Amino acid sequence: MSSAPAAELQGGSVSGPPSPFDYFFDRAFRGLAYAGAASILLLLALILYEIGGKALPGIREHGVALLVSSNWDVKAGEFGILPAIWGTLYSSLLALIIGGAFGVAMAIFLTQDFLPPRLAQVFRTIVELLAAIPSVVYGLWGIFVVIPVIRPVADWLHDKLAVIPFFSTSLAGPGMLPAAMVLAIMVLPTVAAVSQDALRLVPYKVKEAAYGLGTTRWEAILKVLLPAARNGIFGALVLGFGRALGETMALAMLVGNSNQVTLSLFAPANTLAALLALNFPEAGPKEIPVLMYAALVLLAITLLVNIAGSAIMVLAGRQGGAR
Amino acid sequence: MNAVVSRAEAAARNEPDALPIERQPWEARSLTSTFLSALVWVMAVIAAIPLFSVLYMLAVKGGSRLSWEALTSLPPAGFEMGGGFGNAIVGTIAMVGIAAGISVPVGILCAVFLSELGPESRTANAVRFAAKTLTGFPSILAGVFAYAMVVLLTGHYSAPAGGLALAVLMVPTVILTAEEAMRMVPKIMKDAAYGIGCTRTQVVLKVVLPTAMPGVLTGVMLAVARAAGETAPLLFTALFSSYWLYHEGEWAFGQPTASLAVLIFNFSGMPFENQIELAWAASLILVLLVLVVNLTSRFIAHRRV
Repeated sequence: MSSAPAAELQGGSVSGPPSPFDYFFDRAFRGLAYAGAASILLLLALILYEIGGKALPGIREHGVALLVSSNWDVKAGEFGILPAIWGTLYSSLLALIIGGAFGVAMAIFLTQDFLPPRLAQVFRTIVELLAAIPSVVYGLWGIFVVIPVIRPVADWLHDKLAVIPFFSTSLAGPGMLPAAMVLAIMVLPTVAAVSQDALRLVPYKVKEAAYGLGTTRWEAILKVLLPAARNGIFGALVLGFGRALGETMALAMLVGNSNQVTLSLFAPANTLAALLALNFPEAGPKEIPVLMYAALVLLAITLLVNIAGSAIMVLAGRQGGAR
Repeated sequence: MNAVVSRAEAAARNEPDALPIERQPWEARSLTSTFLSALVWVMAVIAAIPLFSVLYMLAVKGGSRLSWEALTSLPPAGFEMGGGFGNAIVGTIAMVGIAAGISVPVGILCAVFLSELGPESRTANAVRFAAKTLTGFPSILAGVFAYAMVVLLTGHYSAPAGGLALAVLMVPTVILTAEEAMRMVPKIMKDAAYGIGCTRTQVVLKVVLPTAMPGVLTGVMLAVARAAGETAPLLFTALFSSYWLYHEGEWAFGQPTASLAVLIFNFSGMPFENQIELAWAASLILVLLVLVVNLTSRFIAHRRV
């Protein structure tokens, strides 16, 4: 870009003022980069505008009633997404409990010198590859591996403990539990990765001080390290929850898509994302505003959770830096 | 536990120096520690099971059906035997290509702005916030967005609509990794370039970008790997098709387009053995594709250090 470098070299100097073309090109490129940055803001605004705008007729027609009704009858024009909202929150919460416990355990396992560095790297790669497998493949695996494996256990629990609402129905095939289990596998890598970062932020000196007081390894972890990293770990759980809320395919394939609000782990249910995935491809003009409304609800829930998660992470980072 | 404590207390009362300074393995707190260590070991191994189970099933079920025919022919209908998913492979590559064509230039330009032109500006902070928000954006909503933008407007499902949905998902990854890579470029190199009279553009194009290229590429490849496996955004933007992208002598960019991910989803719910076998074989190809891209990006990232 600089004008005739060879000539300048002959003159004994590599430096020189930019040519008019260089100035022009510089201006143009900077403008382009600015436009690129602005386009991201525009994209976010456009997403909100498009989904919100297309949902507006649905909101006008159905209002709050859509959020609290459980009917879904296209012919009668009756729509309700309460079971989907409930299913989204319930499945994500279950996934967070399972995936969160395993994720935090994995983070402790990988950061607290349980393994020689090489083996730790192997486990770290395993966790990262878990995140790399497409969710539709997990869905397929869930149908043909998870459901057959847990069915005997589920039947036994239903036979013996049907009084407990969690086990009140039998597992007919797809249902909440297999969906939540597969969802937990997808939440685990997020929780594990972010918690590992949080645990690494705790200075090594703190751990040495705890050991110096004569604590066992686990007293040091439970009473010193985890409290010190709690904001980061909490942030990891919130981000994992956000991930679970928006996950679509595994749920569309495993949750059973039935519009009911139930506590039972073995009953088929529905989620917002699965509702969108299954109804959009054949949606008629009556359904589209309703589905856009449901998309807006999902957007609002995930945005809220993700922003909360990011805010907690920023807070945790500041505290980590201050120590 | 009581016995141990009282013995220790007694020892402490009578003769402080006799207190055992080493922890005994049968002490309650040592046992708790050992138990918890065993527990995390077990949990870590359990957490690794799904990956190996998935890989095993893919190798057995997918590997047995994989053949030249499966890779190159069109999807079978209902009771048909044979068939394959050649058009889905082409469709996936085409749509990820469209998505990369949109998201990579925009993402890199955006990262240039964030790291070099106005890192502390208000716009930069807003853009960074928007990009982080988009990383947590549910993939299905990217599909809803592309549906509203393209499908409702043009009136039909198409490959560009699918590509746009994937681009929305790729762009934040490209921006954030590229920005980080460009920030790692030593300031001294940039100062040297400014010192010999380079314009900011020249510094970016001749010093910052070439130096940060491995990091930028890592981000691009991670984004590609993620996009290739995405199903939800394609379900109602590209839909599915049983024909080639190029058929009857013309490109069908305005028509529904097949992709591996949507094929797996469609076939997994069918009551036909043949289709389910094909779903496994397609999963194997998809996972291989994703893992190869993912591992390559890891390799590039390692080389950088």
